[in-house]
Parts: sequence; structure tokens; C-alpha cells
Amino acid sequence: MVKPSKPRKIRLSANPTAEALADLAIGDIVYLDGTVYTAREGVYKRVLEDGIAMPLDLPGESAANFHCSPAATQHDDGSFDLGAVTATASFRFSKWIGPWLAASGAKLIIGKGGMSAKDYREHFVPHGAIYLTTVGYGTGALLGRGVKQVSNLHWKKELGLAQAMWVLEVENFGPFIVESDLAGNSLFERENARIAASLDKVYEGTRPAVLKRFGETDDRSDELI
Amino acid sequence: MINIELIQQTAETLMAKAAIEIPDDYLAGLQQAANDEDGDLSSFVLEAMLENYAAAKEDSRAMCGDTGCPRWYVKMGNEAQIDGGPVALEAALRRATAKATQSVPLRPNRVHPLWRTDHDNNVGIGAPEIEYGFEPNGNWIDLITVHKGGLFGTDYRMLFPSDGIEGIKRFYLDSLVAFGKRGLACQPAIIGIGLGGSKDTCMVLGKRAACLRVVGNRNPDPKIAALEDEFKILGNNIGMGAMGFVGKSMVIDCNIEVGFCHTGGMQMSVHAFCLSSRRAVARIFDDGRVEYRTDPAWFTDYQRRETVEW
Repeated sequence: MVKPSKPRKIRLSANPTAEALADLAIGDIVYLDGTVYTAREGVYKRVLEDGIAMPLDLPGESAANFHCSPAATQHDDGSFDLGAVTATASFRFSKWIGPWLAASGAKLIIGKGGMSAKDYREHFVPHGAIYLTTVGYGTGALLGRGVKQVSNLHWKKELGLAQAMWVLEVENFGPFIVESDLAGNSLFERENARIAASLDKVYEGTRPAVLKRFGETDDRSDELI
Repeated sequence: MINIELIQQTAETLMAKAAIEIPDDYLAGLQQAANDEDGDLSSFVLEAMLENYAAAKEDSRAMCGDTGCPRWYVKMGNEAQIDGGPVALEAALRRATAKATQSVPLRPNRVHPLWRTDHDNNVGIGAPEIEYGFEPNGNWIDLITVHKGGLFGTDYRMLFPSDGIEGIKRFYLDSLVAFGKRGLACQPAIIGIGLGGSKDTCMVLGKRAACLRVVGNRNPDPKIAALEDEFKILGNNIGMGAMGFVGKSMVIDCNIEVGFCHTGGMQMSVHAFCLSSRRAVARIFDDGRVEYRTDPAWFTDYQRRETVEW
């Protein structure tokens, strides 16, 4: 058996320079230092659709948006107990990501599973942003270790703990994998293309379902049996 | 009589164990997969997972930040009696779920489907689910908690006898490939397949096959056991590994459960139990003893009975 080769590991600022981002290649492993914040559908809707002003200065305070809800609780005295941290799937936020990058000045979008190369080309590339994916997707304990402090929690009352904006001070926070580069290439799409090449062989000896379903086709006139 | 406070206290301990400690059977399966994996990125991911399990245990923090949707499976021996009856039991499990969500802490995932109301404690309408089973000859109660991930890796298809094994294989591969891309199924996972029953029971069977059977366990029907072996290999030959990267670690094990169905149909469900495989079990006896374990041992001969009388 060929021994797998080890990917390149890099420490990166959570407010990275354009040069630092240009140096990254898809498939590199990244650990972050600095400040990151969580924002997902609740925050996006509030800011981009309801027009409510952001509760912090972006990108001044942070240029790294984490698609995440931590497993955490806030005690009555205001202090926090934060255990594990894991991303949520980002493709669901596609309709907001362009306006969000413009409004927030984010350079790093961190999440689960990446977004489409189309999103990268149309929205990330013009803003000089890249996408980092969490690993696993269950390295929540390792990521929890990298969080040094919860420095703020915005909109807890309005959005609930899972959708609120958590501001996190992090150190050696990772691992993450570089999923998109400044040119808009996607690691996942590269891997999918490689796997798809041999799928026909895997499917040999199987047969399509006797009964088809709506949802698998958008053509309402399709004969479904 | 089984003491109700002991039930709640044990349930709280189980909530923490499920979130923090990777079950031994899954860990051994993942270590084997890590040894066999030759894809560069898939290999890196599996090593990171192993490090993560160790970190979770060392720090007593949840393995994954998405701590899933806690649910309960309760099995009662026929002679077991609970202080306060089934209503007290359900209240104890709901209290334990809410309390542990804050104390572990877990992510308060459960919200109203329309109004998105979040009680911040994983309790709400129909949540956590509590399901029951019974067993002859026992003065004990088994509490099993499963914190299953909620969104990807599960599907259902109405197949027919004419679809045959080839149709079953097709749907199995369709599900693994579709949800395996970009790693949305959080593979490598224990894959559960439900065959037969009706639509709802088929989903229940598949979910239980994934969550309530351990790695290495086989269905007592030798022909189904052979299918389980074959499907495990088939899934690992797709060419896809952890996170959907090129590799061969997709399926840590494949468990199949069946139920009698309508003569014209062959319902099928596929469920992926994620790579944190969160489950924890305790048996509480009426003399106050508590025994913790990680094997739910749900599928006994009695649970799979097919005759009128037992």
C-alpha cells in the first residue's frame, strides 16, 4: 500500500493579508489566530433582509465568519461555558453570501462542506475571500480547545443561542482545509470529479428504481413509471 | 420498584457520556479504517478524528459541536416497575435532557419547525423522542440515549419485489454517493438499512439498525448477514472517503433490519449514523444497581419475533 502523504500545515491570521491568502492552495491545512465570529441564516436575514445594523464593527473586529453554533451556554452571571465547536453546512446560505461578503468585508468563510465553485467565482473572488472547511466534520473538541475566550455574544435574546453572533478569540484554532482559493477553485469539486470517473463501474449490477418520483425531476409532464 | 431520582440522575450521566465518549466498537472500526486508508486527505481527516476523540475525553467536552438531536430508547423488563409510572419516567427523561444540555454543554438544536422558537434546552413539542420496547423476564429498565445528527444521510424509497437485490443496491449506492459528497453524511459511518414494514416502520427499522446495533454485529438470518458483509465492501469501493475526498472509508459497518411488509412492496430506508456515533446505555435494576455499557443490545430474539406467541 502507498503510504498517504501529509498535507501542508499553515498558521494564518483570522484577518489575513491578500498575500497570505494568495499563498494558500486548495488542500492545505490551516490553523487560525485572532478573532472569528459566528453568523448564519438568523444573522443574515436580520442584517440583509430586515436591514438591522450590525452589533459590531466588521471587518474591523473580525474578517472571519464561521458558519457555526457552538455547544455552549451562558451562565446567569454572564460568563460562558463553551465545549465543542462545529460548523454547519454552508451551501444553504448561498442566496445571502454575495451581499454578506459585501456588507461584512469577510475574507474567510469557515463552514461545513463548502459552497459551489459558481458561488466562489461570483462572490468570493471579487471580494478576495476564500472558504475554509472544518475537518471531519466532527473535530468539535479540537476546535473547542482553540477557543481562548468568548469575547461577546450578540443577539442572544433576538435569535437564541444557536443563531446568535458569538465572537470568539482563537489561537491555533483548527484544523481547517482550504476548500477554495483566490481564483475560485473548489477542492470538493475536484475530488467529486475524480470519484465520478469510476462510479459507472461501482454501479454495475444495480438497476434503477421501478417507480420514479417527483423531486427527482422538475419536468411535471414526465411519465413517472 | 425503580427509584425515579436514580433514573433522572442516570439519564443525565448518559447524556454526557453519549456526547463525549466515542463507543469502543466504533473507535476500533475507525482505527481499522484509518490503517487501511490510502487517500491523502481522507487519511488526514481520519487521523484528526482520532485526535479529536482523545481531546474530547481528556477535556470532557463534546466530540462534535453539533451535538445532534438527543432521543431516548427505553426498554423495560416485564417485571420492572417504575416509581411514579410511565408519566414520571417521561418527565425524568425530559428533565435530564434539558439539564444536560446546559451542564455538558450540548448545542440547543431543537426549535419549532415554523416559528423557530428555541427553548435552549433540546426539549419541546415531541422532543426528545422517547420510544419503548419490552423484554420478557426482567426487573430492570434499559435507558439508551442516541444523539443523532439531524439533516443528511437518511432517505427512503418505495421499492417493489421486481426491484430485487439489484434495486436495493442501487438505492444504497445512490444514498451513499449523494450524501457522501462533500462529506455531508459525516462518514465514515455505521449505515443502517431498513427493509419492509410500512413507510414509517421502515424508517424506524433503518434508524435503529444504524444507532442500536454495534460494529461487527450481524443479523441472525445468515443470508441477511451475508448481505451486510457485501454492502460494507460495496460502500467502501465507491472510491469516496471521509468528507467526500478520494478514498475508501465510507462504511464502518452496515446493519440491515427487516419487517414484514405488504405483499406488493419492498420499502427501503438508509440511515447514516455520523462519525461521532453518539450512544450510551445503562441498565437500572430494582435493587438500585446501575450498569453502564455502550451496546444497546436492542435487537434481541424477542424484538425480532415472527410468531403469534412468544
